[in-house]
Amino acid sequence: MTKIQDLLKKRILILDGAMGTMIQRHKFTEEDYRGERFKDWKQPLQGNNDLLSITQPEAIKEIHALYFEAGADIAETNTFSGTTIAMEDYGMEDLVYELNYESAKIAKEVAKEYTAKNPDKPRFVAGSIGPTNRTASMSPDVNDPGYRAVTFDDLRIAYKQQTEALLDGGADILLVETVFDTLNAKAALFAIQEVNEERNIDTPIMVSGTITDASGRTLSGQTAEAFLVSISHIPMLSVGFNCALGANQLTPHLEVLAKNAEFNVSAHPNAGLPNAFGEYDESPEQMAAQIKEFLDKKLINIIGGCCGTTPEHIKAIADMAAEYQPRIV
Amino acid sequence: MSNQNEKRFLKLSGLEPMIVNENMNFINVGERTNVAGSKRFLRLVKEEKFDEALDVARHQVEGGAQIIDINMDDGLIDGKEAMVRYLNLLMAEPDIARVPIMIDSSKWEIIEAGLQVVQGKCVVNSISLKEGKDKFVKDAKLIKRYGAAVIVMAFDEVGQADNYDRRIEIAERSYRILVDEVNFAPEDIIFDLNIFPVATGMDEHKLNAIDFIEATRWVRENLPHCSVSGGVSNVSFSFRGNNPVREAMHSVFLFHAIKAGMNMGIVNPTMLEVYDDIPKDLLEYVEDVILNRRDDATERLLDFAETVKGDGKKQSGPDLSWREDGLQDRITRALVKGIDQFIVEDVEEARLTKNRPIEVIEDNLMVGMNVVGDLFGEGKMFLPQVVKSARVMKKAVAYLLPFIEAEKSGKQEAAGKILMATVKGDVHDIGKNIVSVVLACNNYEIVDLGVMVPPEKIIETAIQENVDAIGLSGLITPSLDEMVYIAKEMKRKNFEIPLLIGGATTSKAHTAVKIDPEYDGSVVHVNDASRAVTVVGDLLKEETKEKYISDLKADYDAFRIQFLKRTKKKEYLSLQNARKNKYQIDWENSQITKPNKLGIQVIENQDLRELVDFIDWTPFFRSWDLHGKYPAILTDKVVGEQATELFADAQEMLNQILDEKWLTAKAIFGLFEANTLENDDDIEITYDGDKKAIFRTLRQQLKKHAGKPNFALSDYIAPKSSGKKDYMGAFCVTTGFGTEAKAKEFQDNLDDYNSIMIKALADRFAEAYAEFLHKKIRLQDWGYAANEGLSNEELIKENYKGIRPAPGYPACPDHLEKLTIWEVLQVKERIGVELTESIAMWPAASVSGYYFGNEEARYFGLGKIKNDQVKDFAERKNIALSLAEKWLNPNIASN
Repeated sequence: MTKIQDLLKKRILILDGAMGTMIQRHKFTEEDYRGERFKDWKQPLQGNNDLLSITQPEAIKEIHALYFEAGADIAETNTFSGTTIAMEDYGMEDLVYELNYESAKIAKEVAKEYTAKNPDKPRFVAGSIGPTNRTASMSPDVNDPGYRAVTFDDLRIAYKQQTEALLDGGADILLVETVFDTLNAKAALFAIQEVNEERNIDTPIMVSGTITDASGRTLSGQTAEAFLVSISHIPMLSVGFNCALGANQLTPHLEVLAKNAEFNVSAHPNAGLPNAFGEYDESPEQMAAQIKEFLDKKLINIIGGCCGTTPEHIKAIADMAAEYQPRIV
Repeated sequence: MSNQNEKRFLKLSGLEPMIVNENMNFINVGERTNVAGSKRFLRLVKEEKFDEALDVARHQVEGGAQIIDINMDDGLIDGKEAMVRYLNLLMAEPDIARVPIMIDSSKWEIIEAGLQVVQGKCVVNSISLKEGKDKFVKDAKLIKRYGAAVIVMAFDEVGQADNYDRRIEIAERSYRILVDEVNFAPEDIIFDLNIFPVATGMDEHKLNAIDFIEATRWVRENLPHCSVSGGVSNVSFSFRGNNPVREAMHSVFLFHAIKAGMNMGIVNPTMLEVYDDIPKDLLEYVEDVILNRRDDATERLLDFAETVKGDGKKQSGPDLSWREDGLQDRITRALVKGIDQFIVEDVEEARLTKNRPIEVIEDNLMVGMNVVGDLFGEGKMFLPQVVKSARVMKKAVAYLLPFIEAEKSGKQEAAGKILMATVKGDVHDIGKNIVSVVLACNNYEIVDLGVMVPPEKIIETAIQENVDAIGLSGLITPSLDEMVYIAKEMKRKNFEIPLLIGGATTSKAHTAVKIDPEYDGSVVHVNDASRAVTVVGDLLKEETKEKYISDLKADYDAFRIQFLKRTKKKEYLSLQNARKNKYQIDWENSQITKPNKLGIQVIENQDLRELVDFIDWTPFFRSWDLHGKYPAILTDKVVGEQATELFADAQEMLNQILDEKWLTAKAIFGLFEANTLENDDDIEITYDGDKKAIFRTLRQQLKKHAGKPNFALSDYIAPKSSGKKDYMGAFCVTTGFGTEAKAKEFQDNLDDYNSIMIKALADRFAEAYAEFLHKKIRLQDWGYAANEGLSNEELIKENYKGIRPAPGYPACPDHLEKLTIWEVLQVKERIGVELTESIAMWPAASVSGYYFGNEEARYFGLGKIKNDQVKDFAERKNIALSLAEKWLNPNIASN
């Protein structure tokens, strides 16, 4: 199989778009989420998107296929919340291995199918590793700033389990994404390095942070460059930003990475900022027009979409990116 | 990935990044958050008074600590728990957490617990080979995985290194294990080479300081990319209780250790005397001890120490009769004459007569400064004097500030707040500092971000500080693009404040054509410090603002249209035709002299005295806005008096530079076999045996009158096809080592005048050195002009045979070629002059270039070139077209 590192030297690679937005189109009910297997589960399961890899695998496969069809080179697994920490909300800690394994397996199947159709455009699966719903650097209790709801070791252990399952299921890449607390990401990276060492492998790692607002910092308070410095000890395939902001607002932060990073740079912004109803309404054309700025400035090597993006968005982006050269690393 | 030529900088982070590049002379580590070193901190932690314990850290950061060292090693507390608790609390304080953390413990479990709670990139303090290689490797691997830098103590299985040989032995072994076996990033290694006390009375301690300094030098020269740190107060341990001596010892030690390459350390800023303020006699005794210059050094310092326990500084005064005048007259005189000796007592006297301390500034000092401003406006005072006035003003205000703060009644209303910065990649700041000072004198508050300032920081600071205008400065051509970029960013961020552009490379044309269209607010080119005040005044004053700004835009629009019209008329040749019209030397009959000595040579520690006669003083005066040729300028009707005074001050500092060896001069040069290649524009040289390198030259393309050739430097070297063996050279000289430290010392002492002076002089020395070396080459090493007998004046007029063009200057404006010179000569490795991202030389007082020896070689200006040459150049150099366009941008014809 062609190495992704070689491809990245030649062109801009396309990451897929939002999983959640596509799942919403199906308007799944509580029963759909549960399926036959979990019909008697004690907690409500609607909203547990990761679970759909088990209960509605065909829907998830179809979403991957739509994104590949739109031109994506890399699909993200449906595992954003696939840790014991995030699954605690649904009481599904024990299912974490299976969720990740199945999600990776599904994505890999579709990827293989598309690679076979067009061997000149090999498709890859990135195991999505989300930030969990807790932060290691901040206290959830304003009255006790020294308190932490999760420790580095809690995170490291949970991430290690997720990593192993994703790799067993066939993930080619690991994508530590939507990093709002760099310490969480460092725990994930620590875990991945442990797995790499134990298995004597060298899985490519993508890291994607999130700048939460106009202050230009992560939720845990770091500037884009400080974020980069804090994780640069890892030989990453790429570093980038996703979520929270639209392409427009992301530009200055990507510029910081593009200027300073010794790695490939990635971006998967939202389809603009949410409107008053919490919906993302930037059209594929509007979003592509903004992403043109990244391309014109040669800021990126990997581009995709986050919240609110659809295969139509990805197609518009992919068509345009094909005309451009990647950033030189 | 890592190669020796590439600069790799230690990068750390808190909430903000800290990049330890060549611009950061010395990183100060705060040490008060250490239970082993501070009884108070220990008590606060023990009593769980964490709020106060956090204040200790905050105080350090506010006091300038760039990293804070945190240590909880005490038998009476649970170190691990205390470390985690304290760090967790600290992370919730953005004003502290912005700096990187140094996790300090002798216990691995405490270090690891600390690493697990900090999101930024920390420093671990420390590991060593003390308990053997296995543990060292194990710890280092984990530190790498946690993503931290590390301090390595010079300590091994045998014990702590206490002499020069042992220090380098352990450092080298540790380095090799870390880099070769653990694959640890070399830039993440910081050596603590053990600072031990001197003057203890024991003979074996005599070499403690000098051994540290020399070992530091060795480590920095031989173990690429690493840093050296240490706890400075140890060195003066035997003088506990005698602060004047200790302070002098610390600053002398640091002065020498920093020069040797120590770039990080624990220093208590309140226990540091300014090197220059150390009384001459004390300085001598202390240097004798630190550098072990005499056998009886310790005894002599001990004897002398008895006499300096009290603070007895001597005074000398010429005509002090003006001291009898009234208070306001004295203050005004001090400001106009730039005398800072009595200003504090006068200001204090004034303060006692006022209701509020702020009134001293508003009344007494402003009266004086208005006189200065008027005299300056009338051309009766000149820049150097104004800078001196500013020094007095700064001192006075510094004295008053605590009283004003105490009163907390609001600040003095400044006329406006101006952000000043030398842009990213550029290191030149003389002009910027002068403008800052002049504006400050006129009651503007200056936010000076220094040199090599990244655009994000400029934008961010402008927003945070809510400034009224931004001033950008730059000397080298890549800075022009940086300025354009910042203008775009300002537009993108919806800025409306004026943008001022200045610096040697800037021009009204570039500002009007390239910068102004990118920004909707006003953009002004201000290249003359004396104009800065009027311009800024007009831009900011409510009454004048609107009209001035619209006039300005109109003016620039008109200028731009005119400029573009004019440039369109020019005609260019294709590169092919320009080559056909190259300058032809008759190689059959041209005299080629083989250098007496081919190859590369280094000159360490060039005696600066030898260079003095080679100094061209005219540009020196120009850098102070005094225009005229030296020596005629000294007797000039208008500026003569001021020029004479400035010259006297310069001479005084010049002597100090020579006597006290403030600056180190070094040079490297090489003479090589060379031939121009078939494409007419590339010169191939042979070096280091049979290695080849190619210098790419650029060719004039402007269509010339009949008979005038289109020059390229390659025309001066015999083509390969001629069958003749020809030669050329390359060089770099510097006199900049020491400048930055000195300038900063002055600046810290609120002395901008001397801070600018030292830089201006260092620049002159560098140029003088280039001239001196060129002469030596012509007469000896190459020897093609062995009989040349030129006076210095003729040298300055460049009446000699052969040229020494410098990349970045008119004949070869392409800075990229410097990289080739650096590669061939190994400039950085051999004499330490480095290139910034924008390929500016650092230290700034450096000159590099080529030597061409043919008697027909002449300087020329490249002028504008066309896209076909840019493309050809990119292909020849095998670089992306966009990169070539970026670097050649100022020379690319727009049509």
